[in-house]
Amino acid sequence: MGNEEAVFFSRVLTELTLSFHIIYATIGVGVPLMIMIAQWVGIKKNDEHYILLARRWARGFVITVAVGVVTGTAIGMQLSLLWPNFMELAGHVIALPLFMETFAFFFEAIFLGIYLYTWDRFDNQKKHLLLLVPVALGASFSAVFITIVNAFMNAPQGFDIVDGNLVNIQPLVAMFNPAMPTKVAHVVITAYMTSAFVLAAIAAFRLLKGSNHEYHKKALFLTMKLGLIFSIGAAVIGDFSGKYLAEYQPEKLAAAEWHFETEGEAPLMLYGVLDGQEVKYAIKIPYALSILAHSDPTAEVIGLNEFPEDEIPPLYIHYLFDTMVMIGMFMILISGLYWLGRHLRWQFIHSRWYRWLIVAGGPLTIIAIEAGWWFAEVGRQPWILRDIMKVPEAATTSGHVDTMLYLFAALYLVLGVGSVVVLRRMFRNNPVEREIADREAEAIEGNRKGGDHR
Amino acid sequence: MSLEVLGITVLMTFLFGYIIVGAIDFGAGFFNAYSLLTGKERILTNVIQRYLSPVWEVTNVFLVFFFVGMVGFFPSTAFYYGTTMLVPLSIALILLAIRGSYYAFETYGARGHKGYSFMYGLAGLLLPASLSIVLTISEGGFIDMVDGQPVLDYGALFTSPLTWSIVFLSIAATLYISAVFLTWYADKAGDRDATELLRKYALIWSLPTIITAGGIVWELRSHNAEHYNQLLGLWWMFALSGALFIGTVYLLWKRHNYGLAVWLLIGQFALAFYGYGIAHYPYLLYPHLTIHDSFTNPAMATALIIAFILGLGLLIPSLYLLLRLFLFNKDYVKGRKKDEHA
Repeated sequence: MGNEEAVFFSRVLTELTLSFHIIYATIGVGVPLMIMIAQWVGIKKNDEHYILLARRWARGFVITVAVGVVTGTAIGMQLSLLWPNFMELAGHVIALPLFMETFAFFFEAIFLGIYLYTWDRFDNQKKHLLLLVPVALGASFSAVFITIVNAFMNAPQGFDIVDGNLVNIQPLVAMFNPAMPTKVAHVVITAYMTSAFVLAAIAAFRLLKGSNHEYHKKALFLTMKLGLIFSIGAAVIGDFSGKYLAEYQPEKLAAAEWHFETEGEAPLMLYGVLDGQEVKYAIKIPYALSILAHSDPTAEVIGLNEFPEDEIPPLYIHYLFDTMVMIGMFMILISGLYWLGRHLRWQFIHSRWYRWLIVAGGPLTIIAIEAGWWFAEVGRQPWILRDIMKVPEAATTSGHVDTMLYLFAALYLVLGVGSVVVLRRMFRNNPVEREIADREAEAIEGNRKGGDHR
Repeated sequence: MSLEVLGITVLMTFLFGYIIVGAIDFGAGFFNAYSLLTGKERILTNVIQRYLSPVWEVTNVFLVFFFVGMVGFFPSTAFYYGTTMLVPLSIALILLAIRGSYYAFETYGARGHKGYSFMYGLAGLLLPASLSIVLTISEGGFIDMVDGQPVLDYGALFTSPLTWSIVFLSIAATLYISAVFLTWYADKAGDRDATELLRKYALIWSLPTIITAGGIVWELRSHNAEHYNQLLGLWWMFALSGALFIGTVYLLWKRHNYGLAVWLLIGQFALAFYGYGIAHYPYLLYPHLTIHDSFTNPAMATALIIAFILGLGLLIPSLYLLLRLFLFNKDYVKGRKKDEHA
């Protein structure tokens, strides 16, 4: 296998691993926060339903965490296995956040174990709630640190290269690079948003499938409300990200928007097809790109023609950008209407078709996460370290990457199917109605015996 | 102590931590599957599940910690080991993924699913073998430099007696460490049948462990003379390690103080592990890479060590809490507390 093939297969394998991992990782970052909020609401309102909600979410969460952990280990090691030259260089500058990420992960792992096995140990539920704080913090901070590493790849700084040698290394400057604030904020908040909508989709689905229990209604309202807050936050930070791109990575923004000539009053293109440099059948929103880039409808936006041809990312990222933004907007609309409808007593939000829309929101937000990451990653092609190292220089020279790709593809298939099967079985065999009945029977039994263990 | 030596000492400590907790974990998975096969699951499964459930995720972190720290402190290892280890480490990753996720699937999702338990047990036995390849390669002689790029010589690797000695040691040691630990745990739980069975496994696996360990030293004499001579210079560490081994076996034989037996076991492996590591100094990959020429820049090293100290400030109390709640808590171990998991 020549080097070109090794590069190709390394890229495919990395993309496959990451695309699979982020489904579980996103849930892993967002769901602990949701569990924490549900438990807190339950304690505050003294409502057993919310506590049970937290408990059932936690149970499903264990399965997703397991897959998230093992695929995260895979990508962690694959960075060195597939991109040894990159890691050798980057290790000198960016090892610090990578290292800190493992601490956050460690912290989360310890307290998740404790949390899961002490459900009935404390007399006071508040103590149990406290155990969730390090879990949620650890989860969010691993996202923060690992995104810092990714931000560094987009905006490397904190070192100088003199005659091919790295000098003047400043680890903290490398961490706090210009891409970091918007990237980290966007990743964390969209993880919360996605988790909220995935959980909302489950509640809506149970309601559609015949259960009319108060429990699911409470779950739906809570998650839609949280989803609304986080999706508005995601949109605002997304706007900041656009401004970051215009300033620091104009070629990514220009490729996303098929913006070829540098000009002012730039319109935003939605969909369409590309014919040479001509955009056909697109929906044009006048001035919107200038506003997105500089908050000024007449501001000049740098076009693709300013860049050498071999440093331009593939133009299909336009569709990824559109997909991400459209889904984001759609989710704000759905959850906003739901929230308004609850207050203004609109009946249609309880109709079957509206609930189906909410169900669709779960997979859609996951698609948006994927599209967003593909856009961010493909958008910095051909660089692995922008302006410093191109992807082919970073890849391994090993001749076995293709075989490994097939092995890992089979693995992810098995893990994906396995996790879905187990999760379905877990909740189908123990619907909430039965669990509530069981717990009540248990409590009565406990009282009769006179010894209340809780 | 120079920063390099401090760095490698820290990493070795984490690797040692992984070897112990990993071995307990891998061995437990194997014994669990084996007990299903031989119809003894009623004896073992309870004890094993009680110990494993709250800690399975933590075990994995030790490994992640080690390899992330390795690339952080010694970035050149990414170049040499990353390029050459693609196949063995990818296989290890796949086994790890099967193990981790199927443990969760079996424990939380589909209790008593035999297929899951077998996958889990088998993967656990193959994992130490695939990971131990790294140790073999670090001895040198399996990597050729072609056009400035390292290439692994699979033919030499698979025909070398050293490779197979290390593989056998990793498997025997895994089962031995795990059985000794679980004997103590079962004894603490007051589970007499499990204690007896595990004690038997521990005694069975003690012999192959010590024989293969001795065999490796002998192999090294012809494979890497420099390492062998340095090993001889540290003979007292290995002698002490051997004495502790005899102590562990004696205590097991006499059914006496299993807690002390576990500590002697940890001491035995610590002495052998650090002795082996110190004798390898200064090479990370003989003869291509030493800890000095692969070490990261001083600014990053300092930053990493500060992060490390702060991180440990968080970790040690948390780990202590975990151990107190689940390992040293009599009620939990005996299953008296109402600790049904979520």
